[in-house]
Amino acid sequence: MSGKGDSNRRDTALNDAELHRCLASTWSTPAGLWSALSTVDHKIIGRRYITTAFVFLALGGVLSLLMRLQLSQPEARFIGPDRYNQIFTMHGTNMMFLFAVPVMQAVAVYLVPLMVGTRNIAFPRLNAFSYWMYLAGGLLLWIAFAIDTGPDVGWFAYVPLAGPQYAAGKRADIWAQMITFTEVSALAVAVEIVVTVFKQRAPGMSLDRIPLFVWSMLVTAFLVILAMPAIMIASTALILDRLVGTHFFNPAEGGDVLLWQHLFWFFGHPEVYIIFLPAVGMVSTIVATFVRRPVFGYLGMVMALIATGILAFGLWVHHMFVAGLPRLGESFFTASSMAIAVPAGLQIFCWLATMWAGRPIFKTPFLFVIGFMVIFVIGGMTGVMVASVPFDTQVHDTYFVVAHFHYVLVGGAVFPLLGAIYYWFPKITGRMMSETLGRWAFGLIFTGFNLTFFPMHILGLRGMPRRIYTYQPEMPWSGLNMFISLSAVILAAGFLLFFVDVIRSARSGPRAEANPWGATTLEWATSSPPPPYNFAHLPVVSSLQPLADTPDLLPVASGLRVDRRELLITSVVQASPEARESSPGDSIWPFWAAVATAVTLIWSIFTPWAVVWGSIPVAIALTGWFWPKGVPEDDA
Amino acid sequence: MNHTAVLDVADLPEHGLGTASQTYWGTLAFMLIEGTGFALAIVVYLYLMSLAPQWPLGAPPPDLLAGTTLTGVLIASLVPNLFLARWAQRQELWKVRIGLIVMTVLGIAPLILRVFEFPAMHIEWDRNAYGSIVWLMLGLHTTHIITDLVETVVLTCLMFSRHGDSPRRYGDVSDNVMYWNFVVITWLPIYACLYWFPRL
Repeated sequence: MSGKGDSNRRDTALNDAELHRCLASTWSTPAGLWSALSTVDHKIIGRRYITTAFVFLALGGVLSLLMRLQLSQPEARFIGPDRYNQIFTMHGTNMMFLFAVPVMQAVAVYLVPLMVGTRNIAFPRLNAFSYWMYLAGGLLLWIAFAIDTGPDVGWFAYVPLAGPQYAAGKRADIWAQMITFTEVSALAVAVEIVVTVFKQRAPGMSLDRIPLFVWSMLVTAFLVILAMPAIMIASTALILDRLVGTHFFNPAEGGDVLLWQHLFWFFGHPEVYIIFLPAVGMVSTIVATFVRRPVFGYLGMVMALIATGILAFGLWVHHMFVAGLPRLGESFFTASSMAIAVPAGLQIFCWLATMWAGRPIFKTPFLFVIGFMVIFVIGGMTGVMVASVPFDTQVHDTYFVVAHFHYVLVGGAVFPLLGAIYYWFPKITGRMMSETLGRWAFGLIFTGFNLTFFPMHILGLRGMPRRIYTYQPEMPWSGLNMFISLSAVILAAGFLLFFVDVIRSARSGPRAEANPWGATTLEWATSSPPPPYNFAHLPVVSSLQPLADTPDLLPVASGLRVDRRELLITSVVQASPEARESSPGDSIWPFWAAVATAVTLIWSIFTPWAVVWGSIPVAIALTGWFWPKGVPEDDA
Repeated sequence: MNHTAVLDVADLPEHGLGTASQTYWGTLAFMLIEGTGFALAIVVYLYLMSLAPQWPLGAPPPDLLAGTTLTGVLIASLVPNLFLARWAQRQELWKVRIGLIVMTVLGIAPLILRVFEFPAMHIEWDRNAYGSIVWLMLGLHTTHIITDLVETVVLTCLMFSRHGDSPRRYGDVSDNVMYWNFVVITWLPIYACLYWFPRL
């Protein structure tokens, strides 16, 4: 419908029915495989991202059950040591790089454009590219594992174990190259989020009116931008050491093994906050909705997010306390590790104050938030414990640490995430999840989690090391291990119930209205699920809670073109309108660019010349991507 | 939900330029990513240097000629680059076309000099950690130049095509100018590191 008759058509000239028809024809993704590969709709890509990440969660969960089976009794023979090494490496690598980081970004890909009131994410083709890269990286890792070439050097791949001398074969290369895939995709999404939040906010959404979830994703995006280059440099150096004989990590030729640990943890510690900060944003959103009042201390919350983001870069050495670093350095990192508990505590108190003053409605999303608070506080307290060097020296590499980081990561990120799925599911699918099944899922997961992971603290204090594939019957560990393995079944049952609820509700759950929870942020101002163009008229905002001021009337902007994909560019601080900008249409080129990049990266595990020859198709695909096609979106 | 129009945006421009452009901010974000990468490479260099009994390891300090000439060429290239920025801002098609051709040539010149820079280091990447980090830094920056060169060539072709004369394309040229400035600026600390730290 973008022929001559419609050229330069504005929304002001149309009645509602015509407006929806024109916008739908401009923004819709047609049916068919080719369109599915070409789409740049942030909602379709976000949905794919979320689904893929949950598939990886399920796969990683199966691996953990296999480990629990093997450890349930001493000297078990279900899994041999070589396969066990691959399984724990795969579990960690998969959960961190293929689930936790991508799923948080995936939720943001879906929600941030809706929450700031725009029609698509910035650089939507880059968004499509990032998804294909992520998928390719995930397939690389899992296919390698299926053919017995899964990495077996731990999720942080310490040298010299991961270096050329001790890790012959391709397993460690697969790990290092999977890093490249996931980091490229994470960096791409980070750039999109920064630009979407900076330049595409609804008119009037000044910095002090940005929803807390969007703030948390903005800070997270900056963390990704500043932290991920470290792991890119590290994994590149590792691959070079392994493939072309460089000596970055070889002490015999002037290299250093601790250099790897520094680079890895300079990324690895901010990584924890890359996972945790989005969860904080989800918690704030859910708390505000189910307590029916805005979160107490908005400015303090935003400052705490930013402070956490900055402090996150000053903690990495606390992962290396047993590596024999100078005493002064250790003291500094102990202090900074304890300091980060301050902004975390501030946020907890703000949420408590919000709940104290409000009237909580105990629906499933809110239950997961409460579960988060209990578990995360315990994880935070063991965190303060391991921040102290003498204590850390005692429990390093034991199950105490395994317990600690599962409390922090599952409690701090997975609980809010599950709450967020229950909360935003109606927006994404147009259907409600089951409250009954949700309560059961929460109960099983909360109980199963604590029964599984709390005893690991005790196992660690009793000296059971991480990453051992079995243990002798004389050790005082067998009873607790059997208990943990049985509890893991409860936890798994909870997740199974959650997945059943998701699939069942997506098919036949009750229809959701536009704003089923009575929330106040902009994503609820449009239908569930939103139309391809998100909003028929772009909203105009005059407070932190746009839907609370006038619940039945949305102030909007008018005068946008409907014959091209058009959205509003606003200023960074005040969000005053600066331009009507086009948003790129569907294109197959990001898919080809991802295919060419994937082939190059995988090929380069076998010969460095792949980088030279592979760059040619990559350059061709990128040129095809950016070359104007004479469509209205390409004209000024 | 009912709507009430409170803001008319019909008179806004159809494309944002400068800070009103998404690609401007996107380019800045990518510069932040790459800048962090280069900064970390320099940190790795200094870290290895701090561990070594003498520096450079097993090689004399690099010869200055090729690298210093390249640095001179890169700094000199900023002058036509700034002119190109001005012409793009004024949307002068022919001057922009000529400027882009000049910048293409000035993108190829450092690559030719770079060929002489690698041997001037007097070390291979697989000899020791010093060789490894030197080649990594030179390699990263070479990739940087090649990426920008390819982008400049494509943009030059684009400006000679029927798609050239539009505000969106002039915006692309401005972003390309900004990126080249970044390529030059990131080189300066790397140059100091590679050529002068071994002489300290």
